[in-house]
Amino acid sequence: MNSIALFAYCGAAMVGLGLFGLITKPQVLRKILAFNVLGTGVFLLFGVIARRGAAAGLHSDPVPQALVITGIVVAFSATTMAVVLLLRLYAQTGEATLDSDDPPNAGTDGGR
Amino acid sequence: MTPPFILEIAFVILILAIAVGTLVARAAFTAVLLFMIYGLLIAIAWVRLSAVDVALTEAAIGGGLTGMLLLGAVARLRESEGSGEEPGLPTLLAAGTLCVLVSAALGTLVLSRPEVAPSLAPMVMDNLAQSALGNPVAAVLFVFRAFDTLLEKVVLLLALIGVWSLAPDRAWGGVPGLRLYAEPSSILVFLAQLLPPIGIMIGIYMFWTGASYPGGAFQGGTVLAAMWLLVMIARLQPVPAISLRRIRLLLVVGPVIFVAIGLLGFVVADAFLAYPADYAKPLIITAEATLTLSIGVTLGLLVAGPPDRIPQP
Amino acid sequence: MIPDQTTANGYLLVLAIMLPVIGILLSLAAGGRYVERIAMVLLPVGLVIAAAIFGLVWRDQQSLVYIVGGWHPPLGVALRADGISAAMMLTTAIVICATGLFARGEFGQPRGSPEIRASQVFWILLLGIWSGLNTVVLGDDLFNLYVALELLTFAAVPLVSLKGYKETIKAALRYMLFALFGSVLYLLGTVLIYGAYGTLDIAMLSGRVHPEPVAWIAASLMTMGLLAKTALFPLHLWLPPAHAGAPAPGSAVLSALVVKGSFFLIVRLWFDAMPGLMNFASGQILGTLGAGAVIFGSVLALRQQRLKLLIAYSTIAQIGYLFFIFPLTAGNEPWDSVAWTGGWLQLFSHAFAKASMFMAAGLIAETLGHDRIAEFGGINRVIPITVIAFGLAGLSLMGVPPSGGFVAKWLLLLATVMEGQWWWAVVMLVGGLLAGGYVFMVLGKALGNASAPLKLATPVSRAREIVALTLALCAVLLGLVPLQPSELLQVGRPEVLGVIAR
Repeated sequence: MNSIALFAYCGAAMVGLGLFGLITKPQVLRKILAFNVLGTGVFLLFGVIARRGAAAGLHSDPVPQALVITGIVVAFSATTMAVVLLLRLYAQTGEATLDSDDPPNAGTDGGR
Repeated sequence: MTPPFILEIAFVILILAIAVGTLVARAAFTAVLLFMIYGLLIAIAWVRLSAVDVALTEAAIGGGLTGMLLLGAVARLRESEGSGEEPGLPTLLAAGTLCVLVSAALGTLVLSRPEVAPSLAPMVMDNLAQSALGNPVAAVLFVFRAFDTLLEKVVLLLALIGVWSLAPDRAWGGVPGLRLYAEPSSILVFLAQLLPPIGIMIGIYMFWTGASYPGGAFQGGTVLAAMWLLVMIARLQPVPAISLRRIRLLLVVGPVIFVAIGLLGFVVADAFLAYPADYAKPLIITAEATLTLSIGVTLGLLVAGPPDRIPQP
Repeated sequence: MIPDQTTANGYLLVLAIMLPVIGILLSLAAGGRYVERIAMVLLPVGLVIAAAIFGLVWRDQQSLVYIVGGWHPPLGVALRADGISAAMMLTTAIVICATGLFARGEFGQPRGSPEIRASQVFWILLLGIWSGLNTVVLGDDLFNLYVALELLTFAAVPLVSLKGYKETIKAALRYMLFALFGSVLYLLGTVLIYGAYGTLDIAMLSGRVHPEPVAWIAASLMTMGLLAKTALFPLHLWLPPAHAGAPAPGSAVLSALVVKGSFFLIVRLWFDAMPGLMNFASGQILGTLGAGAVIFGSVLALRQQRLKLLIAYSTIAQIGYLFFIFPLTAGNEPWDSVAWTGGWLQLFSHAFAKASMFMAAGLIAETLGHDRIAEFGGINRVIPITVIAFGLAGLSLMGVPPSGGFVAKWLLLLATVMEGQWWWAVVMLVGGLLAGGYVFMVLGKALGNASAPLKLATPVSRAREIVALTLALCAVLLGLVPLQPSELLQVGRPEVLGVIAR
């Protein structure tokens, strides 16, 4: 196992953790945090792929790097919108959760 | 198992531990603090992966601005923690199994791929001279895949509009409700007077040097945004109303110039977003400069939030 | 043969995407009453561009291609307008223009009025949705498509929360979370594909991808993410409150167009980027989910008491029909194009019909001050044009001739017979009956007598009624399409699908 493999496992674990948090946490703020962990995990996997693509005198493939930079900015905008929506919901209703809000509950869909 | 490698293993374990901490921490404030540390550690990981431009972006946006945004949110959400029904054990087990499977699949897939990983690095290097830039990542962002960058700027602006749209009707066009210190402490005021000039220089330098070395418009713009926010929070500058003409112009000058240069490409080069051979570098620098400015203003306003009061005349 | 150089008139593709973007930038800078005017100027221009692209693709029977910046994939990004993109762009342009006209009633800014939040924001969001949709159907690069999806989401979510009530904020937040979940899964798949094949260009991928674990997992991840955005059963929870809570022109665009954007990408993924991957099993899985959506959505629609929620559940059901494309084209025989044409016609006629329905619902709600179906008695006398529009749109949803919906469902039924997969036919027939149920439920009340004298909340605007009626007529006009595989929709298809048998 070398350094690259280590970060690959790290990224994969981050994706799993973030996904778990996104699905199971009821408070929206935690979901947003989990989404960010998930996102950084995906980007890190892209970074591992970039590192594996070191060639032509570069230590890392520049195309995935550029895409990750774009992705980080987009993820930040998404976080901002979600946070503002959450704060507005809280200001209006005093709640910070969505009832029956688990996004990918394929098996537990109660309908409605 | 050399010592550096052991250190690296320890580093990764630390990252994962903090990630877990972020998710399970009881208090939201702790979770957000841990998340900010996590962001900075990830930035270091990016340096280990030889992607310095990404490390800069992650540190600035992922660690800095996102952390700031979330801290502000936590401050407002006060007593809501502990509410909400935690899902039952079956759901947790099902979700947990799914996530473990996903992680395992990803870990194996990313590494098991072709022995010689496919890479676009050779193609980038071949065309780098034509792109008039020295930094390959910047070349991808502003020359080869400039279309993505242009669209991304539009995405940023739409996010800002979306944030503004959540203002109450009566406050439209007013001043964002950025949480300010009622009486900023003298230390904060001192820092807000000392840091911004340095920070602005660093931001400009980061954009300028990004043409040939790690850096670029996004990284520089983020630093500018951070400095602006610091100055506003310490009450050294008033938070501007969103209907101010100069704010609107600053927001769009970057994308407008970028689109204009792109359309110019129809005329003087062969295609949309193509650069004429002689003027490529100055055009790209102009585009990046205005984009840095716009990105700074956009990111700052995104963190500032929707307007919630009309400015007193 | 798929061209890989910029074709003549390829610049139109760039204009189609950049025109709304320029509109957004100008609107943001100018503010005030200019926002609506900018939109009203750009809408017809965009319609002309879309029609021009459609005409060119039809006339030349060839895709339009544009290589952005002159940098060829895999280094750069390409835009491509094939048959389905051109048809989708034209449908989008017509619906958006109609929505723009319709929205002037609610979001118009008379001279001299101060800046109103909802009006300012609405027009910019409309332009954002248009640009996002055009990029989704024209983009030929997986990461470009990711940015386009985000553009679409960021323009659509604030539409849901535009009215500002707490229910709409909640619906918008739920939509946002589902959309983010979908985007990140899509991105994860894209990352895996780059790692395996070294390119993100769809045309190049079609040559490089073969069935292996990484391709399967990437495709599954991306599909799951896109299914969340398309609100296919069982990931549909976010759609009814979101589409019902948006203002009427917003609901029209959301149901008619935005959810179709992610569906378009699912098709692009399975048929263009990874053509060898679709097999019997995966087709059946997608078809089953579609069948679930049809039944589930239609049954729930019958139980609704508010019109906008009924229409939203109907959207969930009608989206299910689209997924019958997958099991019915999983083969190389020439008649696959029957299901192909049927599925796309379903998409286009549903777009017109659903937009018309939401507009009608908006007019009814404005006139009566509420949208409780039980109390619709007598509105036929007050807003007859609206009720006719609703009825015509309903014909298309039920699949009754003459209408685009009829042709679409007839072609799909024909495909089930040809493929020997009669079980989908059962689902479609049941779905049609249920659709008839909920459409007549509304029409019956509307055509009936008023139980109490109607109190009108606001006077009726005939012009907006006509807009709704025109869209419904578009859905009906699609019924004039010949009952056979369409050549236009075949333009640009890879050889796997085969050409029309001669």
